[in-house]
Amino acid sequence: MKTVKVYGPGCKRCETTAEMVKEAADRLGVAVEIEKVTDARSIAMAGVMSTPGISIDGKLVHAGGLPDAAKLEGWISA
Amino acid sequence: MSAETAAPTRPERPDWLWHLGVIASLAAWVLVYRQLGPVSERLTALFPVARHSHTGEAIAFFLYDLPKVLMLLTLIVFAMGVVRSYFSPEKTRALLSGRAEGLGNVLSAGLGVLTPFCSCSAVSLFIGFVSAGVPLGVTFSFLIAAPMVNEVALVLLFGLVGWQVAATYLVFGLGIAIVAGFVIGKLHLEGWLQDWVREIHSGAGAQAPAGDEGLSLAGRYRLGIATVREIVGKVWLWIVLGIGAGALIHGYVPEDLMVRIMGAEAWWSVPAAVIMGIPMYTNAAGVIPIVEALLGKGAALGTVLAFMMSVIALSLPEMIILRQVLTLRLIAVFVGVVASGILAVGFLFNLLF
Repeated sequence: MKTVKVYGPGCKRCETTAEMVKEAADRLGVAVEIEKVTDARSIAMAGVMSTPGISIDGKLVHAGGLPDAAKLEGWISA
Repeated sequence: MSAETAAPTRPERPDWLWHLGVIASLAAWVLVYRQLGPVSERLTALFPVARHSHTGEAIAFFLYDLPKVLMLLTLIVFAMGVVRSYFSPEKTRALLSGRAEGLGNVLSAGLGVLTPFCSCSAVSLFIGFVSAGVPLGVTFSFLIAAPMVNEVALVLLFGLVGWQVAATYLVFGLGIAIVAGFVIGKLHLEGWLQDWVREIHSGAGAQAPAGDEGLSLAGRYRLGIATVREIVGKVWLWIVLGIGAGALIHGYVPEDLMVRIMGAEAWWSVPAAVIMGIPMYTNAAGVIPIVEALLGKGAALGTVLAFMMSVIALSLPEMIILRQVLTLRLIAVFVGVVASGILAVGFLFNLLF
């Protein structure tokens, strides 16, 4: 079980990112728990400067804009 | 979008094919663009109305300007998408941190235009900048320039009003961002940040993930296309509505009415335009076609530009977002300084033109 955090104040892109994570994990058959972090302070504390950001098991892998689908699968399967 | 995401294993097209495709598209773009005038006139002639009647004028305006603006927008947004792939908030922050005020404000305003930025991440960006030692005033220059001088505003001004006005907007938009940031920096208002933002200063060992460093040019084209899908997909309806409203004003609003309300003689029109602009929240796309039509009917350039800058740069929703990191006093100073800059530009233009 991997913990994936999606950082973003709740704009449309952040929602899309969370869905992309879920789809990618389903495709790969990896069990993930997705947590959306929407609080500005927590986002800043995580070091995310441009949203949406993604961290997997505490490691920040992406910040700013929608993630690339292929890269996303790479991060999740890693 | 599903086609893009559903096939991650699709073989990469070779780079030369991308270059060829981009060049061919550009050529096709130029050919179509040059035919817009004659074709729109022929289409207008199909309507059973006199060409120089109110309705005829409105239809001609709509049929010519809509495709023109959408084509210009697609081209420029694509170009900006490619250019912006070379920039990121992390790189910009590294360039700006510890930068002295003055030159720092100039650099910051310029980078505000080039760095990809979404107003929904204004807060995290603000904290990221301030915590990494970017001076407060320099951060504000970025935050003012980023929404105000955007490619959608510039394209619409260029396409609907003329390059002179677009260039003036660019210069004075940057000018306001630089000067307002500089003034805010000189006021030394760091104490007016929310408490928790000041505490974060030390704690942010922000670890930027690997960016798009090794991106090929083809990858950047793809980013450009994605940007076009996103931005044009988001604003096209606003543009249709805006140009529709513009067409109505074009055809029907009597000229002397506008001259009286928004002409250069009515000095109060500039502050009125700025105040009206603050609660109005639309993007550049919705407001500019109206701007163009108002100008055509004799509204003063300064008044109209002030209105437009106020709508785009001072938005109530953004202030509510920024309330999380700024105290009300600091927001008031921010609005006051930016509004003064816009007022000055408005008056100056009414005086000059």
